[in-house]
Amino acid sequence: MSPLQDLIASGPHLLPEAVLVVFALGALFFGALLGADRWFGLTSTAGVAALVAAGALAIARQPVAPVDVFLGAMVIDGVSAFAKALIAFAAAATLFLGAVHFNATRERRFEFPILVCLAVLGMFVMVSAQDLITLYIGVELQSLSAYVLAAWRRDDAFSSEAGLKYFVLSAISSGLLLFGASFVYGFTGSIDFDVIAAAVSEGAGGVGLVFGLVLMLCALAFKMSAAPFHMWTPDVYEGAPTPVTAFFAAAPKVAAVTLMARVLYEPFAGLEAQWQQVIAALAAISMVWGAFGALLQTNLKRLMAYSSIANMGFALMGLAAGLEQGPASALIYLALYVPANIGIFALILAMRRDGAPAETVADLAGLAQKRPWMAALFTMLLFSIAGVPPFAGFIGKLLVFQASVDAGLVWLAVLGGVAAVVAAAYYLRLLASIWFQPPAAALQPAGNANLITATFAAALTFPILVVALGSIERWAEAAVRMWF
Amino acid sequence: MLAAIAFYVLAAVAVISAFAVIAARNPVHSVLFLILTFFTAAGLFVLLGAEFLAMLLVVVYVGAVAVLFLFVVMMLDVDFAELKQGFLSYMPVGALVAAVLLAELVLVAFAASGARGAPLAIAETSGGVTNAEAIGLVLYTEYLLAFQLAGLVLLVAMIGAIVLTLRHRPGVKKQDISAQVGRRRSEAVELKDIRPGQGLG
Repeated sequence: MSPLQDLIASGPHLLPEAVLVVFALGALFFGALLGADRWFGLTSTAGVAALVAAGALAIARQPVAPVDVFLGAMVIDGVSAFAKALIAFAAAATLFLGAVHFNATRERRFEFPILVCLAVLGMFVMVSAQDLITLYIGVELQSLSAYVLAAWRRDDAFSSEAGLKYFVLSAISSGLLLFGASFVYGFTGSIDFDVIAAAVSEGAGGVGLVFGLVLMLCALAFKMSAAPFHMWTPDVYEGAPTPVTAFFAAAPKVAAVTLMARVLYEPFAGLEAQWQQVIAALAAISMVWGAFGALLQTNLKRLMAYSSIANMGFALMGLAAGLEQGPASALIYLALYVPANIGIFALILAMRRDGAPAETVADLAGLAQKRPWMAALFTMLLFSIAGVPPFAGFIGKLLVFQASVDAGLVWLAVLGGVAAVVAAAYYLRLLASIWFQPPAAALQPAGNANLITATFAAALTFPILVVALGSIERWAEAAVRMWF
Repeated sequence: MLAAIAFYVLAAVAVISAFAVIAARNPVHSVLFLILTFFTAAGLFVLLGAEFLAMLLVVVYVGAVAVLFLFVVMMLDVDFAELKQGFLSYMPVGALVAAVLLAELVLVAFAASGARGAPLAIAETSGGVTNAEAIGLVLYTEYLLAFQLAGLVLLVAMIGAIVLTLRHRPGVKKQDISAQVGRRRSEAVELKDIRPGQGLG
C-alpha cells in the first residue's frame, strides 16, 4: 500500500485524535487572534465537548479486529478504545473542574484547555502506539504539556518548583526510555512491535535486549509514578494547582498503565519470565511505599499522591500476572479507581477558606457537622479507594488479587493485602477526623460544579459501576484476548 | 590508511577536549571545548558514513545547544566555584553511578559482539542514495505520523514558553501596524508659517 493510500485509509480510524487536534489548533488560532482570555469559559466548554466527543467516538468506532494505521505506526483495537474512552472522560471531568476553578480565581488563560487536549492527544498516541518512535513521541507530547500545566501558576513558587522538578526528573526518564529503546532497536533490528515480537520469540538479543526492556520499563514506571521511581510525585502533586493535580492523578495514569501493558504483552510477550519479576517488584514496592508513606502526610494533595503510588502498585500487580485476567484486571482496576479519585479531588478543590485553599487534614475536622453532604461524599469515595465492600474499588482490588493468585504470585497478593490494610488506616484516619472531631474554622460554601462532579463520581463508585461491572469486564477481557 | 589516521586524530582530539570540558577552570573555555568535542564527533560520524548525523550534530548541538550554553554562561552570573564545592561529598555516589554506567557499557559491548559474532557494521542504504536522501525519502511518507506529531510537540513547547513567560505590562511601546497604516496626514504633520527673520518662538 502506498503511503498516500494508507493515509486515506487511516484517516477515518483516527477521528478521536482528529477532533482533539482540530479543537486545539482552532482554539489556539482564535484565542491568539481575539485575545480570548475573555472567552475562557467558552474555550473550556468547547474543550470539554471535544474530549467527550473524542471519548464517544473512540467507543463508537471501535473496530471488531485490530486495525493498523499509518503503515503500522499505530493500532486501533479494543485496548486502545477502552483506554481512550477512560482517558477522555477523565480528562473532560478534570478540565471541567479546572475551568470552573480558574474562572472563579480569575486565572483565565485560554491555553489551559488547549494544553489539556494536547496532553490527551499524547495519551491517545501512547495507548495506540505500535512502534518505538510513536511510543516515544506520544510520551513526550503528554509529558511536555504536563510540565507546563504543573507550572501553570507561574508567580507561585510552589507551582514553579513543581514544574521545574517534574521537567528535570521526567526528562531524565525520557532519556532512559530512549536509551532502552535504542537497545531494543539495536538487538532486534526494528522499531516495529510485531517485528520485535517475532525477533524475541526467535530468541534474539539476549542480555542486551533485556537490558533495553528494563530501561524502558523504568522510564514508564516513572511516568506512572510507581515506586521506586515516584520521588517526583508528592512534590509535583502538592505544588501544582489543584485542578492540574486532579488531571495528573487520573488520565495520565491510565495512559501509562495501558502503554506498559502493550509493551509487555505485544513486543515482549516472549520475555515474560524476565519482566514478570521486574513488574512484581515494582508493584510490591509501590504498594508498600505508597501505604506507609501516606501515614505521616498532613497535606491532602501529598496524601493523594502517596495514595496514587499505592494504587499504581495494585494496577501493576494485575499486569505482573501474565495470564489473560492480568491486563484485563489492571484495565478494570483503573476504570473503577479513576472516577473515585476525580471525585475526591473535586471535594479537595471545594475546600477553600477566605478564597485560599484549605488542603490539610486538619481542615477536614468536623466536616460532617458543617457540611454533611460533603462528608458523606468523602466517606463513599474514600471507602471506594480504600477497597471497602460494596464499593467499586473493592471489586477492582479483588480482581487484581485474583489474577495475581491465579498466576502463582501468592506472595505479591499477600503483600498487597497487607498494604491495603495499612492504607485503609490512613483513609479511616481522614474519616475519623471528618465525623468525630470538633469542627475546624468554617470553610466557604462549596461550588455547585464540584459537588455535582463529586456526587456523580460517588454514584459511579456505588452503585453504577458495580451494576455495570459485568459489561466492563466483558469489554476489557475481549479487548486483551488478542494478546493471548 | 587515511581513514585510520583521520580516526585516530579525531578520536584523540575528542577525548582530550572532552577531558578539558570538565578540567577547564573558566566555564567559557569549558563550553568552547564542548563545541570542539562536538565537531570531532561529527568528524567521526563522517568517517562512519553517517553524514546526516554529522550535519545534525553540528547544526543542533553546536549551532543551538552549545551556543545557548555559551549565552547562559556569559550572561548569567553563575558562581561555578560555589557549584563545585559539594563535589567531594557527592563523589562516592557519583563514582558509584559512573561505575554502574561503565559496567553497563562493557556488558552491552560484550553482548553485542557475542550476539552477532562479528563486529557491528553500518547498514548500507538501498539504491545507492546518501543518508540524507534516504531519510528524505521516508520522512514525509512512511513516517508522516511521527513527523506531524513531532510538530505538535514543538507547538506545545511554544505554547508553554509563551504561557509561562509572556506578561502584558502596561506602558510597553510596541508596533501597532494598523495604527501606523491608519494614520492620517493631518495627525502626523503640522505646517507652521514662519516669517523670515523670526524663529518659532
